[in-house]
Amino acid sequence: MAAVGLGHYLAVAAILLVLGVFGIFLNRKNVIIIMMSIELILLSVNLNLVAFSAALGDLVGQVFAMFVLTVAAAEAAIGLAIVLTYFRNRGSIEVEDVNLMKG
Amino acid sequence: MMNWPIAVPEIVLSVCGMAILVFGVLRRQGSALICTMLCLGAFLLTAMLMLSTASGIGYSGLFVVDPFSTFSKLLILSGSVITLILSLDYNRTHLIDRFEFPVLVLFATVGMMVMASATNLMTLYLALELQSLAIYVLAAFARDDARSSEAGLKYFVLSSLSFGLLLYGISLVYGFTGTMEFARLAHALTDPATATAGLVVGVVFVVTGLAFKISAAPFHMWTPDVYEGAPTPVTAFMSTAPKVAAVVLLLRTMATPFGHLLVQWQQLIVLVAIVSMIWGTLAAISQENIKRMMAYSTIGHIGYALIGLAAGTPAGIRGVLIYMVIYVFMNAGCFAVIIAMRRRGRALEQISDLAGLGRTDPILAMGMVIFMFSMAGIPPLAGFFGKLYVFLAAVQAGLWTLAIIGVLTSVAGAFYYLRIIKVMYFDAGGEAFDPRPPSISLVAAASGVFTVFFFVFPAPILSAAQAAAGVLFG
Repeated sequence: MAAVGLGHYLAVAAILLVLGVFGIFLNRKNVIIIMMSIELILLSVNLNLVAFSAALGDLVGQVFAMFVLTVAAAEAAIGLAIVLTYFRNRGSIEVEDVNLMKG
Repeated sequence: MMNWPIAVPEIVLSVCGMAILVFGVLRRQGSALICTMLCLGAFLLTAMLMLSTASGIGYSGLFVVDPFSTFSKLLILSGSVITLILSLDYNRTHLIDRFEFPVLVLFATVGMMVMASATNLMTLYLALELQSLAIYVLAAFARDDARSSEAGLKYFVLSSLSFGLLLYGISLVYGFTGTMEFARLAHALTDPATATAGLVVGVVFVVTGLAFKISAAPFHMWTPDVYEGAPTPVTAFMSTAPKVAAVVLLLRTMATPFGHLLVQWQQLIVLVAIVSMIWGTLAAISQENIKRMMAYSTIGHIGYALIGLAAGTPAGIRGVLIYMVIYVFMNAGCFAVIIAMRRRGRALEQISDLAGLGRTDPILAMGMVIFMFSMAGIPPLAGFFGKLYVFLAAVQAGLWTLAIIGVLTSVAGAFYYLRIIKVMYFDAGGEAFDPRPPSISLVAAASGVFTVFFFVFPAPILSAAQAAAGVLFG
């Protein structure tokens, strides 16, 4: 049983990042899933920052992770508000319907 | 190392913003005009405070004031002032004259000013996020308009994705160097040979994240949709001040902490510049909607500006700064004309709607001719000099291919700018537009005068840009 090291954390974070990006681009269903994917990306970054911070013995990474958490909350609030106005105008939040403008 | 007074302009501006917000909430109805005026006053106050702020580093290396930041902030403030003036009439006729609009522009401006002063990856991120959060709301500001909501939604999703990539890059850079401060990063990265693969991947992610913000191809896909859907003053805003701020941020990030890694990122910037110039030109040709065309035009202009960064010399940085000044004013003029395109209170957006303008409103048509010629880079208008300085810098740095592609695409780009002039003067047109409101005429006239007479008196801007560029790569 090998000890969990920095590499493992980075690998998990990289996998989460890839999942998040694929969640945004491959998802054909619902805008809410896109917002969840965005959160996933931000959490992978936080994992990275905290893992590096612990490995380096430097607090800056953890402070930054706190900022990222806070900003992610604000961003989710604004995102949901925009989704709400969108829903009021179109009556749907299907990703396939987001197509008024093209070209 | 606190040295807090260097951030007084930003602090004053954000306190003003909060005060105006409270004032607007308490007054409720009909406070849009007063709040806009108060915000304009706050911008003027900030500009005056900024000119009297001494240079220096403060907040333990998080924030810097130097000629580069002051130059950029003045330009950003001009962009915001122009936006507020343009929004006065548009918002009233489109029933979106709510007091939140100027306040959001003000907070976005605070974010952009901090971006110009950021010397730490943390400040960089927080400032960029402050700017973007305000602009998400602005893009969706016409909340009863489906296209505006869709623009806000698209901008939100793609911008958040770019933030994810940027943050991931920052985390890698932090992990492989152990610091987020620009000065210490520059120190740690003195020798390009020691750069680890993880670090280079991190830098690439950071560049990608910032390229989204300046809407450089191939990360531009949000730009046309958002420009088309957002209310026109917001489009004017997005294409001026935030572009300047993001370009300035990119310049500082590439030049200061990653300056020694020039060989690693130069190829990337060259590639992005070439793709932006070519795609911006080709895609603009087939556009029928003028706001969409302006979006592709922006992508092209960003490509030209990046040529200066790719050169990686103070002359190149100076070229970019001059380009951005000229770009802001000619773009503002263009959008003033677009906002004036209105019949019976309904905004028009098709290029064909301009038909016959040469007959019905010769002065406005003349203004549009000036801006279009300037964008196409025809001497002696300002746009020509913008391109001249970046191309010169590229040639001096030995980037011949880049300069040649730039010249070729600007010749090809002249096609779609000249098409607008052809439509205005030679196509059979409809009836006249509504009478121009004075605020629109003011912006168009001021930008027109700047664009035409830049070559007569360029010295102050040239020397200010020179001093600003000297700070980077210094």
